Amino acid sequence: MPEALQLGWRQYRLERRMFWRNPSAAFFNFLLPLLVLASAGAILSGNQRDLDKLVPSIAGMSVMSTTFTALAYNVVFLRERGVLKRVRGAPLPAGSYFGGVAANAVTNTALQIAIVTVAGRVLFGLGWPAHWFELICFVLVGVVGFAMLGVAFAHAIPNFESTAAYVNAVFLPVVGVSFYAFDSTSAPGFIHTIADALPLKPLIDGVSAAMVGGADLGGHLDALAVIALWGALGAYLAVRGFSWEQSRT
Amino acid sequence: MIDTGPAIEVTALTKRYGDFEALRGVDIAVGRGEVFGLLGPNGAGKTTTVEILEGYRERSGGSVSVLGYDPARRPIELRRRIGIVLQSAGIYSQITPREALRHWAAMYPRPRDVEEVLALAGLADRADARARTLSGGQLRRLDFALALVGDPELIFLDEPTTGFDPEARRAAWETIRSLRALGKTIVLTTHYLDEAQALADRVAIIKDGRILAIGPPRDLGPGAAQYRVAWRNRDGELLERDTDDPTRMLHELTEQALQRGERLEDLSVGRPTLEDVYLELTADA
Repeated sequence: MPEALQLGWRQYRLERRMFWRNPSAAFFNFLLPLLVLASAGAILSGNQRDLDKLVPSIAGMSVMSTTFTALAYNVVFLRERGVLKRVRGAPLPAGSYFGGVAANAVTNTALQIAIVTVAGRVLFGLGWPAHWFELICFVLVGVVGFAMLGVAFAHAIPNFESTAAYVNAVFLPVVGVSFYAFDSTSAPGFIHTIADALPLKPLIDGVSAAMVGGADLGGHLDALAVIALWGALGAYLAVRGFSWEQSRT
Repeated sequence: MIDTGPAIEVTALTKRYGDFEALRGVDIAVGRGEVFGLLGPNGAGKTTTVEILEGYRERSGGSVSVLGYDPARRPIELRRRIGIVLQSAGIYSQITPREALRHWAAMYPRPRDVEEVLALAGLADRADARARTLSGGQLRRLDFALALVGDPELIFLDEPTTGFDPEARRAAWETIRSLRALGKTIVLTTHYLDEAQALADRVAIIKDGRILAIGPPRDLGPGAAQYRVAWRNRDGELLERDTDDPTRMLHELTEQALQRGERLEDLSVGRPTLEDVYLELTADA
């Protein structure tokens, strides 16, 4: 195995171990979306149309929380603690480090999508996803895009104490607008316009089509393009503004 | 590859942060196997200098060579050969010292044995404790251990013993001396004069981004050749006089005192300590 890959693999294993040792992170990553799914599912139980909307929505939200939210938190925390600075001084290629960190986030997303898919099948009367390939494509592009946006957004957060406020100021409105637009065709036009321009609603559209049945990948290329564009913007900002150290101001 | 040039060569180094000139032309050469101390008050430019040598900061001007590399390019070959103890750097709160050392060791071509480094750093009995349960001193020793595990030939220590109790400080000094005995080159910043005096082969005193004096601690400074004779007069007042010829001065002093039938209380002959030189040099004019 090439050395950079081997170091990336070691970094990944370390990130996994650290993730499971931090019970609150594990809770927010896994249990919270599942609790939302379970409680909303209980309320909507018996209404298959609503359940068909709920499961893909939660899946989309999971992608955002395991990548955007988790990485924004992580980067700010590690930067403020000086862990990033220490890593930077070590003979670890930046690609190996970020590869390991990203693979950790992807693992969490994959686990969550799997759990949500199984819950949809077992508890909420959905079938197995109709288009597996489409599901994987959307989740993959969504993961990369939201991960980049999370790292980019970390630059805007001044310190760890304010991370929750900053992240929620983005996460909650995006989730709210996207869920509303996805669920309701009667929502005002501007809501649809906003939601379609943001990356979450297109992701939910794609995941929904793949899971519940709808157009296959060819019918949702525009949605995929919106997510990819956000990802490209995120990647540009993530790389350009990246800081290994807390500024001293 | 054998290269015998100096470990570090710095010429006319400048660093500007906006309008603020942090370094105003610093020249330093550190030989292989030397322990080099950078001494100065807070904000003098010590950390800026080492962080440029470590590759954390880019210089504004001048030339820098560390083990033959330009640290601003951050070549991985250089990072494999240096060890860094930062003034403050964190670690994952849930990691144990043993795990951290194993993880870091894997990045180097010829790491030291992890158990040996744990013992050397005095962390053997805390090897499996989570980092968040370690004391400040233990975390500092983990910093040391992580810098040493790659068996680097050049080690940067930025205020390595700040916050240590006297015992831990002595232990750290012993570790630094043992590294020196292994032929390692060490660059250390400190604001403790006794630390520089005890450890460094040569010291540079830095203030306001300039080197004020550089040399072995014992003959540093403008008054280096001088001796200082001190005594108390009849009124109990402490008098001091600097001289190049203490033998003659003592002879004259004692002769006069005997003639007057006085004792010279607290008579002493000393050389200016590094502290005297330091205070003299760094005093605001």
